[in-house]
Amino acid sequence: MLRLLLIVGLALVALGLITYRVNARPDAQLAAPVEQSVPFSHKHHVTDDGIDCRYCHTSVETSAFAGIPPLSTCMTCHSQIYTEAPVLRALVSAYRGGAALRWNRVHDLPDFVYFDHSIHIAKGVGCSTCHGRVDTMPLTSRVVSLDMQWCLDCHRTPEKYLRPADRIFDMRWQPAADQLARGSELKRGYRVRDERELTSCSTCHR
Amino acid sequence: MTSRPHPDSTLVFDRTQAEAARQAFWRGLDELDRSQIDSHAPAHEPVSWYRREFMKLMAASLALAGTPGCSRPPLEQIVPYREGPPESTYGKPVFFASAIARDGYGAGVLVETNMGRPTKIEGNPLHPASLGATDIFSQAAVLELWDPDRSQVVLNGKNVETWDRFVEALRARLAHAPDGAGLRILTETVTSPTLHAQLRRLVAKYPRARWHQYQPLNRDNVYAGTALAFGEPLEPRYAFGNARIVVSLDADFLGSLPGCVRYARDFAEARRTHAATMIRLYVAEGTPSLTGAMADEKRIVRSAEILRLAQAMARALGVGAAQPGAAVASDAWLDAAVADLLQHRGSALVVAGDRQPPAVHALVHAINQQLGNQGATIEYTTPVAFEPASELESMRELVAAMDAAQVDALLVLGGNPVYNAPADSGFGAALERIPWKAHLSLSRDETSARCDWHLPAAHVLESWSDIRAFDGTVTIQQPCIAPLYGGRSAHELLAEIAGETGTSGYDIVREHWQQKHGVAGFDAFWRDALRRGVIEEPSPLRRVAVLKPGLSIGVERVSDPNTIELVFAPDPTLGDGRHANNAWLQELPKPLSTLTWGNAAMISPALAQRLGVKTEDVVEIGVGPRRIEAPVWISPGHADDSVTVYLGHGRIRAGSVGTGVGFDAYALRTAAALWSASAVTLRPTGARFPLAATQTHDRMEGRDIVRLLTRDQANACAKGPCPPAGEAPVQATLYPPVAYEGYKWGMSIDLGSCIGCAACTVACQAENNIPVVGKSEVRRGREMHWIRVDRYYAGSPDRPRTLFQPVPCMQCEHAPCEVVCPVEASVHDAEGLNVQVYNRCVGTRFCSNNCPYKVRRFNFLSYTRDTPSLNAQRNPEVTVRMRGVMEKCTYCVQRISRARIDADKSGRRIVDGDVVTACQAVCPTQAIVFGDLNDPQSAVNQRKSSPLDYALLAELNTRPRTTYLPKVINPAAGSERA
Repeated sequence: MLRLLLIVGLALVALGLITYRVNARPDAQLAAPVEQSVPFSHKHHVTDDGIDCRYCHTSVETSAFAGIPPLSTCMTCHSQIYTEAPVLRALVSAYRGGAALRWNRVHDLPDFVYFDHSIHIAKGVGCSTCHGRVDTMPLTSRVVSLDMQWCLDCHRTPEKYLRPADRIFDMRWQPAADQLARGSELKRGYRVRDERELTSCSTCHR
Repeated sequence: MTSRPHPDSTLVFDRTQAEAARQAFWRGLDELDRSQIDSHAPAHEPVSWYRREFMKLMAASLALAGTPGCSRPPLEQIVPYREGPPESTYGKPVFFASAIARDGYGAGVLVETNMGRPTKIEGNPLHPASLGATDIFSQAAVLELWDPDRSQVVLNGKNVETWDRFVEALRARLAHAPDGAGLRILTETVTSPTLHAQLRRLVAKYPRARWHQYQPLNRDNVYAGTALAFGEPLEPRYAFGNARIVVSLDADFLGSLPGCVRYARDFAEARRTHAATMIRLYVAEGTPSLTGAMADEKRIVRSAEILRLAQAMARALGVGAAQPGAAVASDAWLDAAVADLLQHRGSALVVAGDRQPPAVHALVHAINQQLGNQGATIEYTTPVAFEPASELESMRELVAAMDAAQVDALLVLGGNPVYNAPADSGFGAALERIPWKAHLSLSRDETSARCDWHLPAAHVLESWSDIRAFDGTVTIQQPCIAPLYGGRSAHELLAEIAGETGTSGYDIVREHWQQKHGVAGFDAFWRDALRRGVIEEPSPLRRVAVLKPGLSIGVERVSDPNTIELVFAPDPTLGDGRHANNAWLQELPKPLSTLTWGNAAMISPALAQRLGVKTEDVVEIGVGPRRIEAPVWISPGHADDSVTVYLGHGRIRAGSVGTGVGFDAYALRTAAALWSASAVTLRPTGARFPLAATQTHDRMEGRDIVRLLTRDQANACAKGPCPPAGEAPVQATLYPPVAYEGYKWGMSIDLGSCIGCAACTVACQAENNIPVVGKSEVRRGREMHWIRVDRYYAGSPDRPRTLFQPVPCMQCEHAPCEVVCPVEASVHDAEGLNVQVYNRCVGTRFCSNNCPYKVRRFNFLSYTRDTPSLNAQRNPEVTVRMRGVMEKCTYCVQRISRARIDADKSGRRIVDGDVVTACQAVCPTQAIVFGDLNDPQSAVNQRKSSPLDYALLAELNTRPRTTYLPKVINPAAGSERA
């Protein structure tokens, strides 16, 4: 009896460990796009139509939250085109007063993390550094782990990722061979706070 | 948090200082009498644990502990706006200027809304009654808005109805009598210009309808007093900034008079300089109040004897109106006060309390006239209240008409008269006879339950209205959110009666002001009024008051000194009882007693000894045929032969929070004795009732904690060493030095300015999502407030001096909490904040154990319940903590972050004033100052540069960032109490 209990117990522990390992792998759930009620394509809107990020994410430079566009933004075009398209049914019906449109979050941080878009934009962190090539995504998925280690990588050595202010919204920007030198220069120019400050707990947690 | 005195606990500290301090200050009577020491130490409720049960629970916890850590956060959704509101940015708060009433008098506020949800109230710096600060009630108004116990439907008896059906029934009722015969409307004191205009219109339309006003905390005595002295009711208004000598006769101008937030600011400013112009405050009172605690010279006198004291003072000052005889014999207090008043003609001020009879007010006005204070320290305006008839009389007329069957329809707009009308008024019984009655209120309270129709009212943050402040300044109250439950305002209801169907509150208020202002330029005027939250209306008009010729005031009736008197006081945190369902206010330790969740009968130590009762013993209080039972609280500094009971408790229909908390003192309050009764019997019943006070929690064991200096001592400090003992020497340390080159946050708290009002505690609670824990948890010492206001007494229990000390986290540079945390959840950040990382905390509580200031708070249970409407109140910038996590004051790190990001984006440094902590913002007296210690010009550095600046328990070498300035008093020359 005792032996049976021991075996069952060990099996449970093993199962728990395996589940943990699988779920805690940073790239778990990365590849799969998050399902949405309207299959919105960034690729189409950004690459084909040439719409700037900020046309929809209006508060990205001023607020913690980049902003999700109000339905009226969608309807600036879609009141004219694809108005009856089946994929837009949820959008059009919500705009006409039907059930609210609900987007599933792709980039979600734990509630005890306080991320601010505006300061990152102001300090030379481009969209694609964290969100990847959204302009090539037919359906949006997360490309980075968003775990604390990933955040700290940049907070410890931001020079690896900083780019000039005029390239923030450039989805095709790639670090040059001498990025570290350029990044260090930019870091001074942007007056990015030092590692001790950027890795203080209170920088992100309150 | 619950420390028992260890026999060796003081050994490590400087003996001499500790001894000196131990003699001087005490926090509760139990400290003077060591035999009582355990009687109100936090209760250690026995917990029975059995080994098997423990193992079972532990096994289950272990099995469950792993699972939530395995996956990513649950899927969240974003619901976009249909059309974005034009004025708001996603993720940024929007502030609306409005005003919140206290007993009818408005004070300007700025309501912070996050994504359309009102979450926090700040004072409006442009509003004269606020100047940026608020009282506790304004702070708690957001919780009232989101209270899940608010009524959500129109009720007819027990049937759910609609507004349309109510309007139909109303019309049918009005059709009975087109001239309004039998229609009565009962309101509270009306200070809203629009509401008054509507009521006037209504009475014009229905000439036989009557409008009555009653609220339990009314200003009948004040208006009757001015009418007695000047021949017409006037509103006195005080200018403490111009005063040198202030005498309060039972007037709590710092804690409860209309305009008290502003008065507290003026008073504190005139005391902060320790120059010769520093105000000297004389107080005569029987029930300890916030104002009494600030007194330089206090005389403890029963409420009924204030009249004789005023008489004696008037006669000594040569006031002709005061008749001879019956005055009290003069004493040192009176002599000193009179001498000071005579020396400071034109810069003196005598104030009478709202509780005192009209004769005291009239005498006080005569004294102020005699001293030539009018125009300097006191001025008069026409009353702020519209048509200020005697409210007691108004209620009496109404009940008489109800009894005589002259009332067919009664509309009660707000208020709760069934609960708080005088006990002998018979209002409740007479109400039964009214065929048709409706009550508009926020929740289904005692009055609603007795009315046919209950109408859910719109909250002040949901509706349009306007209101006058103590000085007549008008604020348009604008809604910050649409009514949550379809409530309507009194304006909208009156419009229905007047036949203006479907008029919105917005139209009503706007139209009123458009008529008043005129069409030309009205839009600009309206926008400006809404944006600034202030309209300087020319009325109420300032008046030069002239004493009635031949004024003569005598003492009609001398109270029998051998009987016990009963004094009624509004509850310090619940007011007249309307806030009883507000958990923040229930759990807020009441200033002076530190009681939470209930009231008690306050008596002096001497009376307690005579009766043979201790704190928590139940006594039966009898006034004539009326009897109630109440637990006793022994209150140092209370007048002898006097017992004070606080109104506002013992509600039977307050809601899930407030129902049944405390005892109902209205049961003893009769029309003839609205504020005090004589010939009261007190009989110990032998029963005991547990009270939840925070008084002896977090005891600091008599070390040098609060400092008290006289003005002369304080001024001498600038030249020589400061008593007591001066700065503690900086001790050697093993820690490596840390340079803080960026920002270096610090705080200074001025004990001389702090009036102990506890606004900081509620403001912090609202800002930082601090839960309430309930009475039984408070009794275990588990209250969660991040900033507490400690209260110390000095001197004898009969005539103590009272000191208040707000204690937030000291943000030590050498923080004892950090070295004992096994998981580095308590660490320093680069700006010197001692931060608590909730997601690391595993709840060992070592940090709290090692904190000498006892400012850490532990979530022993899941105090934050998942109530949808309460979730909407939470500050989105602050983590909501879960069970098993330690928390504490963060210096409002979310506000620092916001300011830092804003400054960083525009490439500048944070300037002084960019970061204002919640406690600092709300403080009426600016006792709390916060800022960057690396900025030599910052206000906090100015404060800390004072030679009087001291750190709490500096001898521990914790190097706190929060330091204190001592309380400085200004006793009369030759006072033995210096």
